[in-house]
Amino acid sequence: MFKHESIETNSAMLIVLTMVAISIGGLVEIVPLHYLNGTVEDVKDPATGLDVIHPYSPLEQRGRDIYIREGCYTCHSQMIRPFRDEDLRYGHYSLAAESKYDHPFQWGSKRTGPDLARVGGKYSNEWQVAHLTAPRSVVPESIMPNYPWLKETKLDYSDVQDRMIALKRVGVPYSQTKVEYDANVKRFGEETAKTLDINTAENTLLAQAQAGNYDGNASGVSEMDALVAYLQVLGTMVDFSKFDEDHFIQFR
Amino acid sequence: MAHSAALSSEQYNYDIVKKFAITSIFWGILGMIAGVYIASELAWPFLNLDIAQITFGRLRPLHTSGVIFGFGGNALFATSYYIVQRTCQTRLAGGTFWPTFTFWGWNLSVLIAGLLYLFGYTQGREYAEPVWFVDIAITVVWVVYFLIYTVTLVKRNQPHIYVANWFFMSFILATALLHIFNNLAVPVSLTSATSYSLFSGAQDAMTQWWYGHNAVGFFLTAAFLGMMYYFVPKQAGRPVYSYRLSIIHFWALSFMYMWVGTHHLHWTAIPDWTSTLAATFSILLLMPSWGGMINGIMTLSGAWDKLRTDPIMMFMITALSFYGMSTFEGPMMSLKSVNALSHYTDWTVGHVHSGALGWVAMISIASFYHMIPRLWNTTLYSLQLVYTHFFLATIGTVLYITALWVSGIGQGLMLRAFDEYGNLAYTFVETVAFMHGPLVARVVAGLFFLSGMLVMAYNIYMTIARAKQEEGVSAVAAAKA
Repeated sequence: MFKHESIETNSAMLIVLTMVAISIGGLVEIVPLHYLNGTVEDVKDPATGLDVIHPYSPLEQRGRDIYIREGCYTCHSQMIRPFRDEDLRYGHYSLAAESKYDHPFQWGSKRTGPDLARVGGKYSNEWQVAHLTAPRSVVPESIMPNYPWLKETKLDYSDVQDRMIALKRVGVPYSQTKVEYDANVKRFGEETAKTLDINTAENTLLAQAQAGNYDGNASGVSEMDALVAYLQVLGTMVDFSKFDEDHFIQFR
Repeated sequence: MAHSAALSSEQYNYDIVKKFAITSIFWGILGMIAGVYIASELAWPFLNLDIAQITFGRLRPLHTSGVIFGFGGNALFATSYYIVQRTCQTRLAGGTFWPTFTFWGWNLSVLIAGLLYLFGYTQGREYAEPVWFVDIAITVVWVVYFLIYTVTLVKRNQPHIYVANWFFMSFILATALLHIFNNLAVPVSLTSATSYSLFSGAQDAMTQWWYGHNAVGFFLTAAFLGMMYYFVPKQAGRPVYSYRLSIIHFWALSFMYMWVGTHHLHWTAIPDWTSTLAATFSILLLMPSWGGMINGIMTLSGAWDKLRTDPIMMFMITALSFYGMSTFEGPMMSLKSVNALSHYTDWTVGHVHSGALGWVAMISIASFYHMIPRLWNTTLYSLQLVYTHFFLATIGTVLYITALWVSGIGQGLMLRAFDEYGNLAYTFVETVAFMHGPLVARVVAGLFFLSGMLVMAYNIYMTIARAKQEEGVSAVAAAKA
């Protein structure tokens, strides 16, 4: 008969059996998510057949880097749950597909401030800039810190191509070659594919900052430009009016 | 008595235990100061002072890393090195070099990671914020730690591996597994501190919370149970209540914890079956958790009178009681219906602190009060101050979790309230205004706990200073004789 003593007197056996015991849970719950097709929805435009969820433009990605740098995730979630109050307050519940190019994910775990998954387009650029610079100037009860340096600090975009290459290595479809670019045109449409081209990333970034003028200051590109560009794209890629009301339920 | 202790300090490597123990108290105070400060920023936001480095978002990871990896990590190194030597009756493996390597490697990693947060270098993953090269350093340190621990077990002079060591081994293995897989990332370049995680979105969320909850399960629970299994019987002067229970709850705990991380992702964009599975295992986990608590508390049977006379024992039993309470609250919060309200609110933060302050910190504190006088071959400077510390810590913890129940449950209820026309009854910022009172109470609670730590630091300092003085006197006496 097996006696537990045989484990207690043999350190190799203790190590191996413990390793087995602690490995199973993760294997069962995590590994399938990389293979089961339903985990991340395939969201295509019903009219054009193009992928509606695409990677961030260079400027938006730099904005996302700043979002992570400032630790925004410690107070803001980016994950709307399928409840009536959240639907009324924030909009349609979040799809897995909407964060499929997020390395790392920023779903968050705490709402000291409101959810930001669909904050894009909800407020004007001017409001965002005023709010980020001094939150209590627009929301008196707010407890968010001021971020005055975002407007003052020039955006460092010297390594934006390296960043996109690193993201490409982990699976984000930014393009480096003609073949990759053409594939992106087919997948996302030409307009979007242009913003995903690593070779022209700096120009794309400057052009978006120039056209958007997010921080209200036309001279140069500030960190505020990048962060507001990122906030304004959050949750805007899927136009839910194009889909049947219960279309996405099948994936849950 | 003094003679045998002197012998044991030659037999065992106590020097490394002393280093880790003192550093742990230092990190505890630093991490808790950061904690009280960020709590104050939430109550009075002007305290962010428009200084980027101390804004809530950058300082909060310094608090969590400081207390988990600084205070908790050093406490675990200290006690595991002490316990493995005592229970195996052999000197720590690796000579003096390798244990010292783990000391500097670990502490420099935590320090560098912490400073980098302030300057905005973070992976943006909760409790796994250190940048990629620090993660590599931590991996190296951890492998050395594993080897030191294993070789010490192998050369033991006891046929049995004592139960505390199973828990420490489980903690070392699980932490390695979690740390490596959750930190897989591609750096922007070799000279850049920025990296992008290998996984994205839903898969990344699953990996992160598998890590996140098992950092709680193994780093903050299994390992501290190891501490409990040695120090509670020692302090009580009684054997562990049930040997059979310790076997069952060890294997059940090790197996089940790894399934429950997904309860941090209820109602999010992950497949529902993972969420259901995690909730099921979270409920099951109540049994091994309470198995451990019962085994600890019942060890005192026949010696209950010690609760009247021994403040260290009071710390231990209170720690186990908080362990029992938070491992009841946890499964309850993992139910989808409860989680729908509690998730994203301060209730979660309160729950974490009932475990972190009530269980993890208190069992560490008790272990230090037991171990440090023995390391320096002396007695505690003041038991009265241990009582003072006990009451400061207990009042602080109870006030903390109560304040955040009010804040968390209150916010949860307000956010889902509708008026008579079916519109939302409150805006988000109205809930923020409501939370001001409880958030102020939370700062006060933190100050209680922190001042207890300062009392401890003073008591320990005086204990060691007196021990050194006595050593000096007896050396002089010996020379004169």
